[in-house]
Amino acid sequence: MNVPEPLRYAESHEWISLDGEIGTVGITDHAQNELTDIVYVDPPKIGATLVAGQPAAVVESVKAASDIYSPVDGVVLEVNEALSNDPALVNTSPYEQGWLFKVKLSTPSQVDALKDAAAYRSQIGS
Amino acid sequence: MSSHPELSSFSRRHLGPEANDVALMLEHLGVPSLDALIDATVPESIRLRNLLDLPQSADEAAALAEIKTLAGKNKMARSYLGTGYYDCHTPPVILRNILENPGWYTAYTPYQAEIAQGRLEALLNFQTMVTDLTALDVANASLLDEATAAAEAMSLAHGSKPGAHRFFVADNVHPQTLSLLKTRGEPLGFEIVTGPWQSAPIDDSFFGALVQYPATDGLIEDYREFAGRVHQVGAIFVVAADILALTMLRPPGEFGADIAIGSTQRFGVPLGYGGPHAAYMAVKDSLKRRLPGRLIGVSKDADGKPALRLSLQTREQHIRRDKATSNICTAQVLLAVMASMYAVYHGPAGLRAIAQRVHRLTAAAAETMRAAGHQVHHENFFDTLRITPQGLKADEILFRAEAEDILLRDFGNGSIGLSLDETVTLDDLNELLEIFGAAPVVKVYAVELPKIHQRSGQILAHPVFNTHHTETEMMRYLRKLEGRDLALNHSMIPLGSCTMKLNSAAEMVPVTWPEFGQIHPFAPLSHTAGYTELFLQLEAWLAEITGFAAVSLQPNAGSQGEYAGLLVIRAYHHNRGEAHRDVCLIPTSAHGTNPASAVMAGMKVVGVACDDQGNVDLQDLRVKVQQHQSSIAALMVTYPSTHGVFEEAIREACDVVHQAGGMVYMDGANLNAQVGLCRPGDIGADVCHLNLHKTFCIPHGGGGPGMGPIGVAAHLAPFLPGHSLVKTGGEKAIGEVSAAPWGSASILPISWMYIRMMGAQGLLDATKIAILNANYIAKRLENHFPVLYKGKNGFVAHECILDVREWKQRAGIEVEDIAKRLMDYGFHAPTMSWPVPGTLMVEPTESESLAELDRFCDAMLSLHGELVAIEQGKMDKTDNPLKNAPHTAESVVSDHWPHSYSRETAAYPLPWLRENKFWPHVRRVDNVYGDRNLFCSCLPVETTA
Repeated sequence: MNVPEPLRYAESHEWISLDGEIGTVGITDHAQNELTDIVYVDPPKIGATLVAGQPAAVVESVKAASDIYSPVDGVVLEVNEALSNDPALVNTSPYEQGWLFKVKLSTPSQVDALKDAAAYRSQIGS
Repeated sequence: MSSHPELSSFSRRHLGPEANDVALMLEHLGVPSLDALIDATVPESIRLRNLLDLPQSADEAAALAEIKTLAGKNKMARSYLGTGYYDCHTPPVILRNILENPGWYTAYTPYQAEIAQGRLEALLNFQTMVTDLTALDVANASLLDEATAAAEAMSLAHGSKPGAHRFFVADNVHPQTLSLLKTRGEPLGFEIVTGPWQSAPIDDSFFGALVQYPATDGLIEDYREFAGRVHQVGAIFVVAADILALTMLRPPGEFGADIAIGSTQRFGVPLGYGGPHAAYMAVKDSLKRRLPGRLIGVSKDADGKPALRLSLQTREQHIRRDKATSNICTAQVLLAVMASMYAVYHGPAGLRAIAQRVHRLTAAAAETMRAAGHQVHHENFFDTLRITPQGLKADEILFRAEAEDILLRDFGNGSIGLSLDETVTLDDLNELLEIFGAAPVVKVYAVELPKIHQRSGQILAHPVFNTHHTETEMMRYLRKLEGRDLALNHSMIPLGSCTMKLNSAAEMVPVTWPEFGQIHPFAPLSHTAGYTELFLQLEAWLAEITGFAAVSLQPNAGSQGEYAGLLVIRAYHHNRGEAHRDVCLIPTSAHGTNPASAVMAGMKVVGVACDDQGNVDLQDLRVKVQQHQSSIAALMVTYPSTHGVFEEAIREACDVVHQAGGMVYMDGANLNAQVGLCRPGDIGADVCHLNLHKTFCIPHGGGGPGMGPIGVAAHLAPFLPGHSLVKTGGEKAIGEVSAAPWGSASILPISWMYIRMMGAQGLLDATKIAILNANYIAKRLENHFPVLYKGKNGFVAHECILDVREWKQRAGIEVEDIAKRLMDYGFHAPTMSWPVPGTLMVEPTESESLAELDRFCDAMLSLHGELVAIEQGKMDKTDNPLKNAPHTAESVVSDHWPHSYSRETAAYPLPWLRENKFWPHVRRVDNVYGDRNLFCSCLPVETTA
């Protein structure tokens, strides 16, 4: 299972990459694999305030509808419009084209408390 | 007394195995007698040791005669009551070929799409009809009734503006709708604001608004400006619209509706004293993912052919549990099919002609009423007039009308309502006019509505609504679709937790008698003495069977029963000044509707763990009760458990909850294992709902109707649901939970007949045989497929879970492959992946014979052989009959056969299939494609060829 080094991970299988105060959030390769074929992504509203550990989006596969939790506190800046036409991007490219939303972090230091790649790898046993 | 009691007894027709079969089966189980099996299966501590106190069983002829007498006590009046219910003509071709046809009414919900393409097409026609007539983008395949559809729309609206808490309901909606919205809104913290829509105080605190179109008193209004005001605050505009009127009137989608809801009853479905009928809901495209209930979509099969399926199932409460915004599960499939076929049969021109005739007669009535000096309130109407009589008192007219068996609506304030329908003749109308002292109508003219209210352009242009207008064509279209569906008239449908037992013809016969069908739900009680007597008897029998003090027949689905039961518990706590009790404990093994219902009833869900045996973990229950002590409102528990086991500790679980001041809600889904052997009330439950469509023989209708009455202990009886228009329920009744006072009244005769014909002994025998049948299957298959949960003596209750998970590792085969392969063997799959993912839950019911059980077991064993062949490399890992299942006739006769196994293996894996083969109409349906490319109405013709 692909777990890229520079990203940080939440126990609930979201990843975040940081560019200054702006974080990009998606779900991990492991998560998309468990969910199987994603058929729909319900993104957060732009401008919505997110709280770490609270539901931010919903990802639906033919087997399950799963809440996606925000790994950090912040405000939604952008959502991945491409997913509305092609939700399968979450399956085929979970870390790149399949990102879910961008968030302006209110407390950037929160990222330090998330898992690094090694810790997440051991969580999923890969 | 019948001269041949043995021969004529109904229970010998209802029970599958005959006496010598039972002996063989017991021998196979190694049990000396049926009673020994039951003693080893059902815990002694909960056993009922005396026979139920029910009337002596009557044979089919005697029971039919008795219910005929009851039916005769109902008065078939000429009803002008309207209020959302209108008499209509069920086209006989539809009556005979659908409503009276087991090929349609005994099918299950179309989860296994490949063997359900017939009713899926009928339901797709329904969705197409609704989107077309409402001019909205997506419609679902039916809700329970108009009032609950309005409540579903309210929840949907709230979901799209969750910060707001007010919902506006115009004072022109049907009164039962307004009342039900209050019931549903209160636990969720919604404030229902009502009044004239023109002066509605819409501000940012509102998340939605509902109006009736035409209004409950007949007026056709122009809502365009109001829609704008609703949208300005980001709220959702909901229109409750009359389906027949929409053939002539400007559709809701053209004046700003985001959601349209309504009833399709008047499209050929009898009044039935309130139901069952199919309600509809249509939404704008932007709301389609939030649409509650079942949605049929077009996908493709493994050969790339268009194929239909249930779409977006993951939104359902099965998966979302306490995050679901709706608990709706059962729909009204059979009635939706009828309504869609009414449109198919009449076509656009026919429907418009029906609507225009109703409108013209109404206009003619208005004219002579005015000429007689009466005040006719509105200029623009469709089928309903509001009249304030002059010179005569309203009361006097109402009295005279009732004396002549004519029912008019009393608006109070001296005004009278009358609604016409397609069955009203000129003679009927003139009889009515005479009561008003108005001149008879001699000639009926074409009348035009103001342009602003007129519908322009075509309706229902799709060929399906323009092809089957002769009876021959219609009959063949219905037969074609029926042939694509596997129903109980072909083979056993062993769905665990669904109790697909016999729906006998004798039980079904009274349903279509006009004495039960042509009764308006708001007819005065003086006209419905037959129904009243039937309700009282049925309530008493169900109370005896469940061990409760009182029963409410109002909830018109199992999910509605859950909801009603929890509301009753809530009202009880509130009444005792314990409104803070809001925690609902639910075992993790519970059906997904349980947590969804609890949330709708304003409760917080706290999960309770299950042990390795699938039983409620008493230790964890104690911990959770300790944690939430004074906040415990209820425990929801299914018995026997969803894992098909009689839990030993059920009484103790009830005691733990009672000691904390909580109530016990028993989910009656598995009541078929209890009847006559034990009773929810004796075990310790305070409320239980009964799925009459499981245990008490109402057919599943291909996915509805259902009925979910609740039984309650004495301390909860005062809170049983009431109704705003007809007195029912307890003295401290909660508001209505269904639009009609007795839910789907016209199917209650089915359960009445079943109990009446079985009697106490027959019902007890049925339960024993249901347990025997399940154990026989478990025993025959357990050496090939592990049986997951058993009671302490090694027996299952009325169903068993077969574990097929290991085959993913051993042969790359998943549970779905096995389910689809069973279709090639002529069987509907057992319940798949519930309650345990990757397994099959089998419930044979008492109605299946030993021969049929053996056929099913033989199919499973043959399938096991195929699994082994794949594991051993004798069959290909990917190109094998399981992965490629199901096989259609077209695929096996094709000149192109690229597979590594024979055509015979594909289609005739066992000898008896040669003389009774069911051909799936499509190959494996692509679920992913369907959900990614959501398409929910009839395909354009060029793509279906």
